[in-house]
Amino acid sequence: MKLDSKVPGGHLSEKWDNHKDALKLVSPKNKRNFSVIVVGTGLAGASAAASLGELGYKVINLCIQDSPRRAHSIAAQGGINAAKNYQNDNDSIWRLFYDTIKGGDYRAREANVYRLAQVSNAIIDQAVAQGVPFAREYGGYFANRSFGGALVSRTFYARGQTGQQLLLGAYGALMRQVDEGNVRLFPRREMVDLVVINGKARGIVARNLITGELETYMADAVILATGGYGVAYFLSTNAINSNASAVWRAHKKGAFFGNPCFVQIHPTCIPRSGDYQSKLTLMSESLRNDGRVWVPLKKGDKRHPNDIPEEERDYYLERKYPTFGNMVPRDVASRNAKMVCDEGRGVGETGMAVYLDFRDAIRDLGRETIEERYGNLFEMYKDITGEDAYEVPMRIYPAVHYTMGGLWVDYNLMSTVPGLFVLGEANFSDHGANRLGASALMQGLADGYFIIPYTIADYLAGTKLEKVSEDNEAFKEAKEEARSRYEKLLSVKGNKTVREFHRELGDILWNKVGMSRNEQGLKEAIEEISKLREEYWNNVRVAGEMNTMNKNLEMAGRVADFLELAELMAIDALHRTESCGGHFREESQTPEGEALRDDENFSYVAAWEFKETGKWEMHKEDLKFEFVTPTQRSYK
Amino acid sequence: MEKKKLTIHLKVWRQKDADSKGKFVNYTVNDVNPDMSFLEMLDVLNEELIKKDEEPIEFDNDCREGICGMCGSVINGTAHGPQSGMTTCDVRMRMFKDGETIVVEPFRARAFPVIKDLAVDRSALDRIMSKGGYTSVRTGGVPEALSVPVPKPNADEAMDMAACIGCGACVAACPNASAALFVGAKVSHLALLPQGRPEAARRVERMVAQMDEEGFGACSNHGECEAVCPKEISITAIGRMRREYLKAMFK
Ligand SMILES: Cc1cc2nc3c(=O)[nH]c(=O)nc-3n(C[C@H](O)[C@H](O)[C@H](O)COP(=O)(O)OP(=O)(O)OC[C@H]3O[C@@H](n4cnc5c(N)ncnc54)[C@H](O)[C@@H]3O)c2cc1C
Ligand code: SF4
Ligand code: FES
Repeated sequence: MKLDSKVPGGHLSEKWDNHKDALKLVSPKNKRNFSVIVVGTGLAGASAAASLGELGYKVINLCIQDSPRRAHSIAAQGGINAAKNYQNDNDSIWRLFYDTIKGGDYRAREANVYRLAQVSNAIIDQAVAQGVPFAREYGGYFANRSFGGALVSRTFYARGQTGQQLLLGAYGALMRQVDEGNVRLFPRREMVDLVVINGKARGIVARNLITGELETYMADAVILATGGYGVAYFLSTNAINSNASAVWRAHKKGAFFGNPCFVQIHPTCIPRSGDYQSKLTLMSESLRNDGRVWVPLKKGDKRHPNDIPEEERDYYLERKYPTFGNMVPRDVASRNAKMVCDEGRGVGETGMAVYLDFRDAIRDLGRETIEERYGNLFEMYKDITGEDAYEVPMRIYPAVHYTMGGLWVDYNLMSTVPGLFVLGEANFSDHGANRLGASALMQGLADGYFIIPYTIADYLAGTKLEKVSEDNEAFKEAKEEARSRYEKLLSVKGNKTVREFHRELGDILWNKVGMSRNEQGLKEAIEEISKLREEYWNNVRVAGEMNTMNKNLEMAGRVADFLELAELMAIDALHRTESCGGHFREESQTPEGEALRDDENFSYVAAWEFKETGKWEMHKEDLKFEFVTPTQRSYK
Repeated sequence: MEKKKLTIHLKVWRQKDADSKGKFVNYTVNDVNPDMSFLEMLDVLNEELIKKDEEPIEFDNDCREGICGMCGSVINGTAHGPQSGMTTCDVRMRMFKDGETIVVEPFRARAFPVIKDLAVDRSALDRIMSKGGYTSVRTGGVPEALSVPVPKPNADEAMDMAACIGCGACVAACPNASAALFVGAKVSHLALLPQGRPEAARRVERMVAQMDEEGFGACSNHGECEAVCPKEISITAIGRMRREYLKAMFK
């Protein structure tokens, strides 16, 4: 099968407009005759469901949490980018595009990234009209900040709760549609399979998380906006219920998986403290605007940080990258933290941490300003660690945060299964091999508010959709398959808990498919993961029953899917012998230890087709750069 | 330095489903690291229960960093536990004493039926929001963001109010099981912004009507809600809601 990205012709700046003009429309009267399932109520799902509801489609919207407002997007702290140029620092759509494609180390589609930058401004307008209380200056206009990988201040924020506020805006729009009867909401539901009939996505099977029953939902198209798969690593900054199951089930029904090995490891998280730990907490990257990252010059320096004199501190990011300093992109910051810790210069009890120091910022700007900017983050840090970051530097370490990989989609956001669209973090995305800060929120909302409403119309208007019913064999089969999978999990009654397996899988991934990867480690990982998967199905112990609320069983199903996906992540990482963005292959680095791309051989998206468990076929979508010239990224 | 491990006794509410009667069950968890979160301590207990072929305790949670509003238990008689300004997932074991007995119950309110153990149904809050917790704008049909300046004090206060995470602790803490703080927070957030003004009257009327319909009690100014609110939403929200409501009535 040849992958067709459907990128329209014309100049970069005209592609989206031309494309929109060419897309088919559904007449207002006819919209009511089309139904769409939206799985997920994060920024991408809620904005899509609300917008499609407003247009008059019949929308079915599901989520795992008890309320759509609790989707993982709620946790985003730092902000959202837009090319408004309100700060007069010469920002533009082109610059936002350029920073994003460069930040992604030239592994994203030019046309998609440009479109993202183009619609970014409308997102801010939308959010403001919804009542999102973005930070303001005294004059009543916007305050902006800068994020890693950018030299302009284009990030809009609402204290440290930008994701929350944007999501509540989208949630409000969604609830209005629920009230008007255009969207039917099904919370506490987990999608466990995709139903494909005559080659088209026509429905899903979901488990009712209160009663445990398997339910079927039918529609003319299915949208997945189910977030990323960082929880495969067990420890990550993602919410506990984030999962890959929806996309993985769709993958097994024919949707190709794009760049599964592209995972973002965020540089500023609170370090691990014990093996009871269930997740890691992010400290927003915006802290790097004012905090300075350092470690002691000497190995094993156990002095209290405040007792280490200036000349014995190594502000390694400022030293190595004078232009961007502490504001280098995430992959660069994370890798450097790992490097200094591996050298034995890490700090804290475990030696796996670096300092993020606000001493100088407090001296120069005053404690009040720092409090105003980051007060809630400092509080959160104190709640978790018991330490006061106004007095002693924060200790931070990288943690798994975001997955750039995901289901492959074309320019219309449609996967390789006709009628199956994928939005937000769940698709393989516009972020290439590394995502810049504050651009996931932008992408999720761009997809949901401004892209899918147009592209799905084209699909619905231009496709012959046969009548189907829930009596169709495909629905029955999918439901039976899901039931037997859960029954199997419950019947093993082995000796190891789901959590123990999950943690083991996480360790393999973190150590061998983490911040730095090499051929040997990846080969080992592939073997270890497939062994672990085999053991899982023979030795897992799952508590309770099927037909009741049973979070242990939910987790068991998700870990089963992670155990398959993890193998593909390692396979993808092994095949890509270049380094790019967050994917660092030790075999491919510059003399200074920076990621070295191999454009000649790897300027493509790897889209994997599922054959059978443990077997995939890779398809390539070549990335052509007509408007920018890929260069070795430099943040010096 | 190794921190001293704690032994914790628990009395946990166990209830099979909405229709069954529940009861307290006693458990002991040993070797509790004081840096653990309260939910991580429950994770450890659940792992032990699973190994003993007992059913683990069901409790809702997701972000585990105090922002999604999914978690929520009454801990030693207080919604979200001993320390103010925190969600259940924010609670750390260092806040308890070695050998202490901790009583853990679900949020209780007529409008929040128990689903299982500590998990309750708070969908009533969503239904209230569906009646007006928004500005009625369509995607795309909006003015340029800069066209309406918002004075910083308004933006800041609106943000204070918008910080509500919809956890329902205010309801659980209120002797009348009123949702006034929750509704007041949303009404205030939008009433403070020029974008929210056009429908201020309709919003407050509809949201209050739905609140009553869901079986939440009336507010009689006990102030327990403010005391447990993890986001420290000020009780002035309720005052503002009342003023907005009166304004709407006399319009
Ligand atoms: C701590 C943290 C801070 C962040 N800060 C920022 C930031 O400042 N700026 C930025 O741009 N980005 C940030 N990000 C990234 C960003 O928040 C996410 O990438 C983005 O919110 C993802 O949105 P989404 O809509 O794609 O998915 P999500 O918000 O993850 O939503 C997924 C939805 O799908 C549902 N779902 C999942 N699986 C299933 C299933 N099987 N069945 C049914 N429903 C399902 C869930 O219930 C949920 O409703 C941050 C991420 C984290 C973890
Ligand atoms: S007002 Fe406070 S206690 Fe009530 S729902 Fe909101 S955050 Fe929770
Ligand atoms: S789990 Fe999200 S607020 Fe506690």
